[in-house]
Amino acid sequence: MTTTAVPPTTRKDWASDQEVRWCPGCGDYSILAAVQMLLPELGVRRENTVFVSGIGCAARFPYYMSTYGLHSIHGRAPAIATGLATTRPDLDVWVVTGDGDALSIGGNHLIHALRRNVRMTILMFNNQIYGLTKGQYSPTSEVAKVTKSTPFGSVDTPFNPISLALGAEATFVARTHDMDRQHMQETFRRAHEHRGAAFVEVYQNCNVFNDGAFEKITGRDVRASMLVPLVHGQPIRFGESLQNGVVQRPDGRLEIVDVADVGEDAILVHDEQRPDPGLAFALSRLSHGPDEPTPIGVFRAVERPEYGSSMARQIADAQERRGAGDLKALLRSGATWTVE
Amino acid sequence: MTTTEEHQHQRRQLDRVVIRFAGDSGDGMQLTGDRFTASSALFGNDLSTFPDFPAEIRAPAGTLAGVSAFQVQIADYDILTPGDVPNVLVAMNPAALKANLGVLEQGATLVVNSDSFDERSLGKAGYASNPLNDGSLAAYTVYEVPMTSLTQEVCKEAGVKPRDAERSKNFFALGLLSWLYTRPTEPTIQWIEKRYADRPLVLEANARAFRAGYHFGETAELFEANYEVPPAHFPPGEYTQVSGNQALAWGLIAASRLAGLPLFLGSYPITPASDILHELSRRKEFGVRTFQAEDEIAGVGSAIGAAFGGALGVTTTSGPGLDLKSEAIGLAVNLELPLVVVDIQRGGPSTGLPTKAEQADLLHAMYGRHGEAPVPIVAAKTPSHCFEAAIEAVRIAVKYRTPVILLSDGYLANGAEPWRLPDVDRIEPIDPGFAAEANHVGDDGTPVFWPYVRDPGTLARPWAPPGVPGLEHRIGGLEKADGSGNVSYDPANHERMVRLRAAKVAGIARDVPAVEVDDDTGDAELLVLGWGSTYGAIVAGVRRARARGHKVAHAHLVHMHPFPSNLGEVLARYRTVLVPEMNLGQLSRLVRAEYLVDAHSFSKVQGVPFRAGEIESAIESLLKGSA
Ligand SMILES: Cc1ncc(C[n+]2csc(CCOP(=O)(O)OP(=O)(O)O)c2C)c(N)n1
Ligand code: SF4
Ligand SMILES: [Mg+2]
Repeated sequence: MTTTAVPPTTRKDWASDQEVRWCPGCGDYSILAAVQMLLPELGVRRENTVFVSGIGCAARFPYYMSTYGLHSIHGRAPAIATGLATTRPDLDVWVVTGDGDALSIGGNHLIHALRRNVRMTILMFNNQIYGLTKGQYSPTSEVAKVTKSTPFGSVDTPFNPISLALGAEATFVARTHDMDRQHMQETFRRAHEHRGAAFVEVYQNCNVFNDGAFEKITGRDVRASMLVPLVHGQPIRFGESLQNGVVQRPDGRLEIVDVADVGEDAILVHDEQRPDPGLAFALSRLSHGPDEPTPIGVFRAVERPEYGSSMARQIADAQERRGAGDLKALLRSGATWTVE
Repeated sequence: MTTTEEHQHQRRQLDRVVIRFAGDSGDGMQLTGDRFTASSALFGNDLSTFPDFPAEIRAPAGTLAGVSAFQVQIADYDILTPGDVPNVLVAMNPAALKANLGVLEQGATLVVNSDSFDERSLGKAGYASNPLNDGSLAAYTVYEVPMTSLTQEVCKEAGVKPRDAERSKNFFALGLLSWLYTRPTEPTIQWIEKRYADRPLVLEANARAFRAGYHFGETAELFEANYEVPPAHFPPGEYTQVSGNQALAWGLIAASRLAGLPLFLGSYPITPASDILHELSRRKEFGVRTFQAEDEIAGVGSAIGAAFGGALGVTTTSGPGLDLKSEAIGLAVNLELPLVVVDIQRGGPSTGLPTKAEQADLLHAMYGRHGEAPVPIVAAKTPSHCFEAAIEAVRIAVKYRTPVILLSDGYLANGAEPWRLPDVDRIEPIDPGFAAEANHVGDDGTPVFWPYVRDPGTLARPWAPPGVPGLEHRIGGLEKADGSGNVSYDPANHERMVRLRAAKVAGIARDVPAVEVDDDTGDAELLVLGWGSTYGAIVAGVRRARARGHKVAHAHLVHMHPFPSNLGEVLARYRTVLVPEMNLGQLSRLVRAEYLVDAHSFSKVQGVPFRAGEIESAIESLLKGSA
């Protein structure tokens, strides 16, 4: 472990010399900027930072960072990051993925990385479309989505990524969007601090194949009434003058109400640390798509043993009990005999 | 054969014997065979084993499908196979008798558990009448021993209920065979005491059953003789008995030590590879990290991630898993990171024959990826050789920054043999040679790190795990510019990179030992070219052919890709080349393509190894044909 102070850096220090090749106007640019501007504030070192990705527009991210990076194969980034994070606990491992990468081809790896709680910060850019392959619908596209592969409209029910992550026993689950740098940075900072697998869904505009997918909730003029900020310890309220709030009905159901109708004390106070994910799950079901008031912020942040540390502890225990492995003894661990 | 008088029994000496233990899957035959083998190894015999069991954990009891067998050959000289035809069959039930009678030598000895030959069991095995008294076994020497009831009787005194005691009958059989072949009893008793220390009743039952079996042989008037297979003459040294999977796991640990790299295994359970995962999971004191992944893709993916971080990344699997790993192996080819992919081959295609051996993944290992994606291949030839082969796979992977496929198979994985322990201090260390500094000067004159600058000798690129300031770099599956490693779609660059990757792998041929030819007279007319687990059968078959006056040479490949540089010249020396394989001719196709030799393929794809006799007849008929 190094004790010398981390030398101060600026955004420029975190950008690679490679030309960024996303379409002009793509939401990925603002996410990249948010990350590059946040890192100097985190007190971390470039050489100890690794971005791992799969395949997709989002997955090009590592090439634009001046850190160590691994652009791998479609969907497998969480698995690859698991091997890296468990063998190198000294590193900061980030995973950048898309909705298709993370939830379609890589769905299995994502849920298992989350349940194991391997230390990695997963940023899933959700544009509700396959960008890189030029516009097929994705597992987060709304029903009846018309794309090249669904000319008559898609017929399958989309995943709600937050519900999915919570269902997979994730210990940190959050949502943010590409139009609000400050919110992104705050959310990424929290995710990075988390000891375990942190999952962040980032609503991201693909202006070429799914333009405006989130504008009904993230547009500057509608945000206040359509985004429901989740702040730990605070009543869940939104609206221009915070006139709306969320209440929990006696049957457990969550409902959006006028605060004036129920009184301030009736408004649900957000508790991201509740051990039971039930309420967080209910919050994730508050909206069924980016055209209804939608919660953003940290849904869940709980402590659970981190996978790599548990693995390391078993090794340390074994070495303490049996001493560091002795190869000669290993080869003689069964019955042996000597021929003169 | 010498005969000595002892008590009322004669003791006869044998130079070798092949025993097959067979029973229901629940009868503990693998354990019985294992213990018989262990005491034979300690006694000093050479031996070779062949566990032969069904894929189902417990197929319906008493049926032919549920028969599990363990064959072992013990000898006073160096043997190489578990024997072509068993001399002795221990049959715990009618199904075991029926399933195995066909493979025995003429006039073989049968030791049967007569208690199990009741109407119901006979019916389940498909016997219309009882073979023990219908005369159908007249050509055999049959010993009928009521093993179940004798076991129950000795266990009763210890307070073990008959139902529980019944489960110890395999120890009775073990005891009886231990007497019949004068095996030492102490190792087995000690093993029982240790293994069942926390279950005193089971310990007592098994120990009593074992002793009762031994004494039964001694005192019953049934057997006119017992046998002795004297110790073999081994080169001096310290020995242990290993199975292929155990040796392979130990080889990986040794290689991790030799390279000074922590071992990371990403794996998904699959027969017959799981025992490597099990063995490595027990060895945490060596700093081994084992990760039971969600699937094979995650297994190999995690190993690649670990390799990126500077660990020794390994993944273990069998055929169906190798299919799933293909894309990630291609990624490792492109990333040029060290990775070892272990494939314990089994019968295919698809789920195929999970517990049986085959060598049909060679071409998959060779070509089973899209694009030009060459991967070095190393193949183990005997159970103990898996140790060395694992170290060799790691050496190549680390030195050349490449995935390496290590091929073993179900027969090597579960088979066991005595192994003279190597002096681990004398194994060549492996230098990971991590990059430490910039290796290029940028346009502006400042030193920079380029991840794809190659070593001129090996053509390997630098391995630069994260953590070193100044060496930050990005790599990925997209084609990279030669040198800088930046993404490049330039046509000429792509061809250059394809050729560089191919040349790097081809160049490994200069760094592997020449293939050795065993040509005792120096003027053999026929060369048997083998690879993998057929080693024992080929050596034994060649010996037999030579004993009949044929001039036959044998070469056995360990490096399947690239081939040793002298292979072409070796093949050209022989008029006739015979390639026995447990597939439809995969190596023969490769050598035909590579060297334009008219190699004759000799195939067997039955899930069971070649017999020495089969190799011998193949040699003879080929020599006859070409004479
Ligand atoms: C094994 C494999 N299958 C398919 C593809 C083709 N492919 C590349 S990216 C992609 C979808 C990407 O969608 P998403 O993850 O949402 O990323 P985006 O481009 O939208 O950022 C697909 C299907 C591939 N590269 N590899
Ligand atoms: S296709 Fe869409 S997601 Fe991809 S770069 Fe262009 S705008 Fe961005
Ligand atoms: Mg997408």
